[in-house]
Amino acid sequence: MTAVTPLATESDLIPTRPSAAAVAKKRLSSPWASLAAIVIAVLWTIPTFGLLVSSFRPETKIKRTGWWTFFADPQLTLDNYRSVFGEDGGVNMADFFVNSLVICIPAVLIPLALASLAAYAFAWINFPGKNFLFITIFALQIVPLQITLIPVLEIFVHMHITGTFWTLWLAHSTFALPLAIYLLHNFMREVPAGLIEAARVDGAGHVSIFFKVMLPLLTPALAAFGIFQFLWVWNDLLVALVFAGGGNEVAPITLALANLSGTRGTAWQLLSAGAFVSILVPVVVFVLLQRYFVRGLLAGSVKG
Amino acid sequence: MFNTASTTPEKLLQMVAALLLFAAVMGVILFFAGRLGGKRHEKWVGYLYLLPVVLMLTFGLVYPGLRTIYESFFDAAGKAFVGIDNYKTIFTDDDQLTVLRNTVLWVVITPFLATGIGLLYAILVDKSRFESFAKALIFLPMSISFVAASVIWKFMYEYRPDQANVKQIGLINQVIVWLGGKPVQLLIESPLNTFLLIIVMIWIQAGFAMTVLSAAIKAIPDDIVEAARLDGVNAWTMFRNITVPSVRPTIVVVLTTIGIGTLKVFDVVRTMTGGNFKTSVVANEFYSQTFRADNQGLGAALAVLLFILVIPVVAYNIRQVRRSEAR
Repeated sequence: MTAVTPLATESDLIPTRPSAAAVAKKRLSSPWASLAAIVIAVLWTIPTFGLLVSSFRPETKIKRTGWWTFFADPQLTLDNYRSVFGEDGGVNMADFFVNSLVICIPAVLIPLALASLAAYAFAWINFPGKNFLFITIFALQIVPLQITLIPVLEIFVHMHITGTFWTLWLAHSTFALPLAIYLLHNFMREVPAGLIEAARVDGAGHVSIFFKVMLPLLTPALAAFGIFQFLWVWNDLLVALVFAGGGNEVAPITLALANLSGTRGTAWQLLSAGAFVSILVPVVVFVLLQRYFVRGLLAGSVKG
Repeated sequence: MFNTASTTPEKLLQMVAALLLFAAVMGVILFFAGRLGGKRHEKWVGYLYLLPVVLMLTFGLVYPGLRTIYESFFDAAGKAFVGIDNYKTIFTDDDQLTVLRNTVLWVVITPFLATGIGLLYAILVDKSRFESFAKALIFLPMSISFVAASVIWKFMYEYRPDQANVKQIGLINQVIVWLGGKPVQLLIESPLNTFLLIIVMIWIQAGFAMTVLSAAIKAIPDDIVEAARLDGVNAWTMFRNITVPSVRPTIVVVLTTIGIGTLKVFDVVRTMTGGNFKTSVVANEFYSQTFRADNQGLGAALAVLLFILVIPVVAYNIRQVRRSEAR
């Protein structure tokens, strides 16, 4: 997983002689190659574009004419966005937006902190049983969420925390750990041993080495995993359905959108605006932090 | 502090409280670790650092996993032992066989088409003037939730009855009408609907394949390309004999990674059809059986089946990643 990671971002920067692909493309007689690329790009963009245009059209127009007629008869309105943020549509996306944020922030910070500590222990401390524990945690990456959900729900019932944010924080944090530990461990192993030794000779313990030597070096890895985990939690539906499915109080925005789609499947004025409110954050993260985002995504692609 | 927060200030307060509580736990761990100086106590520092993680994984993953395997041998209410009956149901019941058939379709079609399109597109836009913009267009679907992607495509597939004064609002049906056909209830017609759901997954995953393969293509050594060019090979030979063999390990990793993601696909099916009209897959059926049909035993068996199906793909994926790391 880490093998592909650095390549994805760094090689973008190296404009060298024509690559195999470039040559292949040139020989494919350029106009056809460009045409094919444009066709794919258009096909990939149209679905999102259609819904985006629709979200700004008046309700009656959305329901009676196709969004492509917009160009012949352009009428814009913000009413759809007003109704997904108001009570009159029966939904208020603002509440769910807050819920998603409240779920995401601890669900990113907690596993990051715990996994850094654990990864440090695996990378730089000697103790009996280390290999066994590490391999076990590594293997846990392949456990699909589905197989754990019901017993975890039963545990939450015993703890009397069902229907609270605690269920989502605990569940997301736990499910994130195996991958986070594995990735951060890989990064920590690459820190030169001499650096750690030097700090030890100076009398630093494992606590100050962790904070003063490791954490600063680890920032890019923490950012990459943090962004990956943030989007994973923000975009999650399954965990939210199982643990927050009962009421709307702690439900995240994806669940709100899924419910809207289930109960008001033809209310396209609400669905279109709601969908764009829900993808606003991931798209902003994607545009601003593309570099880290791609790195984290590649590294975490087997999760879940 | 442990009850349901319902207003925004309450929610934010609870979040801050949770973070402070967590910080306090971390503080205690680090405090004790700091007091355990010297090589002699080193192992205790290690155990202390791992304590929270081991506790969480034991109660949050290991025990629940084993428990679900155990429960898959019990009946719908989870009371009476039924042996392997739930597994028999999966492989004999008509509805369940449809679920298996759909899962096979998903897992066979999605990785190959997504990877194929991703590879083609990566080659087409490589070194072009708008490369990063062109890549961003394809990659964007990867960043949004499966739920939002499903809503976007549901709108594409929207159906309006074939009447004189009714216009289609879904693009696909409009294209069918433009071409002289009659509008189709795209999400209801089986097995067409399963293929249409698979398109959504391909739409999402092609960006992932494109990004990873593009990086691999750029890493092909220049001298190989140069030599082939001097030999005057044509585009197809270059693609078949240079590009594909050079990125083959990456292609395998991409295929298996998308395969794993596809096996667990749940959001798309649930949002678009709810698993109705013969579109259910194992991951969705697990949810329906457990929470809708209240058949805990069958639900557990489906979760276990998912686990068993994932293992060989993950094992193969990890071996390939290891191999490409070693090079």
